[in-house]
Amino acid sequence: MKSALIVFLKEVRENLRDKRTVVNTLVTGPLMGPLLFVLLINTLVSRELEKAEAPLKLPVIGAEHAPNLIEALRQQRIEIQPGPADAERAVRDQDADVVLRIPPRYAESWNQGEPAQVELVFDESQRDAQSAVRRLQGALEGYAQRTGALRLLARGLSPAVMKPVVIAERDQSTPQSRSGQMFGILPYFFILGALIGGMALAIDTTAGERERQSLEPLLANPVPRSQILAGKLATTTAFSMTTVLLSMVAFGIASRFLPTDKLGMDLHLGLDFVLRGLFVMLPLAALLAGLQTMVAAFAKSYREAQTWLGLLTFVPAIPTMLLTVLPFKPQTWMYAVPLMGQQVALTRFLRGETVNSDALVLCFVCTTLAALLVYFVTSRIYRSERLAISA
Amino acid sequence: MIEVRNLHKTFGSGAKKVIAVDGVSFVARDGEITGLLGPNGAGKTTTLRCLYTLMRPDSGQVLVDGVDAAADPLAVRRNLGVLPDARGLYKRLTARENIAYFGRLHGLDEATIRARSDAAIRALEMEDIAERRTEGFSQGQRVKTAIARALVHDPKNVILDEPTNGLDVMATRAMRAFLKQLKGEGRCVLFSSHIMQEVAALCDRIVVIARGRVVADESPDALRAQTGEANLEDAFVRLIGSDEGLAA
Repeated sequence: MKSALIVFLKEVRENLRDKRTVVNTLVTGPLMGPLLFVLLINTLVSRELEKAEAPLKLPVIGAEHAPNLIEALRQQRIEIQPGPADAERAVRDQDADVVLRIPPRYAESWNQGEPAQVELVFDESQRDAQSAVRRLQGALEGYAQRTGALRLLARGLSPAVMKPVVIAERDQSTPQSRSGQMFGILPYFFILGALIGGMALAIDTTAGERERQSLEPLLANPVPRSQILAGKLATTTAFSMTTVLLSMVAFGIASRFLPTDKLGMDLHLGLDFVLRGLFVMLPLAALLAGLQTMVAAFAKSYREAQTWLGLLTFVPAIPTMLLTVLPFKPQTWMYAVPLMGQQVALTRFLRGETVNSDALVLCFVCTTLAALLVYFVTSRIYRSERLAISA
Repeated sequence: MIEVRNLHKTFGSGAKKVIAVDGVSFVARDGEITGLLGPNGAGKTTTLRCLYTLMRPDSGQVLVDGVDAAADPLAVRRNLGVLPDARGLYKRLTARENIAYFGRLHGLDEATIRARSDAAIRALEMEDIAERRTEGFSQGQRVKTAIARALVHDPKNVILDEPTNGLDVMATRAMRAFLKQLKGEGRCVLFSSHIMQEVAALCDRIVVIARGRVVADESPDALRAQTGEANLEDAFVRLIGSDEGLAA
C-alpha cells in the first residue's frame, strides 16, 4: 500500500500544478451545474409568477357579439385587445398565446337558450402558452357556471341538481415532494460533476503518461503494477469527490437565491444532505474513476481517450432520464444498481425524506463491489505488455 | 552481472508475425561496459525490455546477479538502474522532485534520497537545473535528469537504451565519461547503440545483434581479428551484412 500512497501523493501534487485540471475540478465542474440550474429555474419561476399575477392580454375576434361575456372576463383581470385578422396564423406565428373568437351567431344562440359557442385558438405544444390557456378556460367555465346557475334559479330549480358529484381535491404532495419533482434532475449534476472532476486525471495518469513517455520508466521501478494503478485510481477518485463536494456546497449556496418559498417548495441541501450524499457518492466516484481509467488505458492517445470519455459522460444520463420520464416508485432493488441507487437516494435526500439505512448500505456495498470488479479488470489491462509501450 | 540465455520474443501471429528476438545469449560482467550493437530494428530494445521485465520473453532466461527475472521480477528491478528508450519526465515537477519520486518508489528514506540526489546532481553537473520544473528542458538536460532518476537507488547493474540519442557533441562526451565512471565504481554497465564509434570508444565487450540474433560477442580487438578488418566500422558492416556465415 505504501507504493500506492507514493503514487497518489505525486499525482495529486503534479495535477494541482496543472491549471487546466484545477480549473476543471474546482471551478468548471462544481459551478457549471448550479449556475445553469439557478438561471434556468429563476427564469422559469419568475415568468410563471409574472403570468399568474399580471393581467392576461387576450386578443378577441367578435367582441361586439358578447358584451356581457367580455365584461365578465374584464372582471377576471383579462385585458381585451382587438383580435388579429387571422387567429390561426397569429397563434402559429406565436404572435398570440391564445385567441378568443366569438361567432356572430353567439347572441342568437344565447337568446334562444341554446349552448352558445366560443372558440379558443391555441397551440397545445407551446408550453409557454399553457398557463394563459388554462386561465382563460377557467374564466370562461366560471362564467358559464354562474350563468347556468342563474337560469336554473329563474326556473325555480336548485343549481345543486346540476352537480350530482362534487370533486374535492386533496393534494398529498408536500412542499418537499414538489421540490423533489422539480429538482429531480439535480442528482445528475452531482454524478456529472464526478465524471468531469475525474476525467482530466483519468486521461493524464494513463494515456497522458504513456504519450509523455514516462510510463515505461515508471514501470521499471520495483513496484507491482496493481499498486501503481491503485494510486492513480485513488487520485482520480479524490479529485472527482472534491468536485462533488464543491458542487454540493455550490448548490447549497445557489438554492438560497432560488425563489423556492414563492413556489412553496423546500430543498434540503444542508450539511446533512452533504454528508449522506458524499456517503453514497464515494463508491460511485471510485467506480467511475475505474471505468474512465479503463477506457483511457485502452485508448492509443490522449485525444482518443478524450473522445471516448466524452461519450462515457452520457451514460449516467440514462437512469436520470428513465426516472424522470417514468414515474417509478423507489424500490429496494434500485439501490443495488450503481448510478440508479445514487439517483434514487439523492432525490429522496433532496426531498427531505428518510431513506432507511439498509437501503443506503445496500447502495454503498453494491457500488463498491462494482468498483472493485472494474479495478480488477483494469489491473489486468495494466499487466499487459502493450500498455507501457508508446507507439 | 547480467546473464541472458537463449532469449526468444515474437510479436503478433499468422501473417503479421514478427520474430524480434531469436535466441539471444550473452553475459555482461561487473566492472565492464558491454555494448549491444546493431542496426535499427535488430531487436536491441526488445532484448533490453525483457531484461528489465517490461516484457516477458516467450522462452529463455534472464538472470540479474543470479536472480531469475521470470521468478522474481521485483527483485530484478530493484537491482537494475534503467534508462529506457522512452525517457519522459514529469514536466510539472522539478528535476529534483522527479528523482525523489523514483527514490520513494524504490523504498528509500528521505535522507538517503536527499544524499543520492545531491551526489547525482553534482556528478552530472546539473546544479543549475535541479530546482527547475522540467518543462522546457533541453534534450541533454532531460537525459541527465532521467539518468539521475534511474540511478537514485544506487543499482549494481545499469541498462541504458541508446543513451546518447539526440545529444550534441558536448553532452555525448559527458555521457561517455559518466559511463566510464560507473564502470570504475565496479558496476555492470550494459548499453545499446547503433553507432560504431561510440561502442568502440567505450566497450570492453561488444555484442553485435542483427535480425534478432547475436552475430558476434567479442572484445573490440578480437572483433577486428575475427573479421579480418582493421577498421571496426568495416567489421560491423561485414558482420551484419553476411550473417549467414557467422550465425552458426
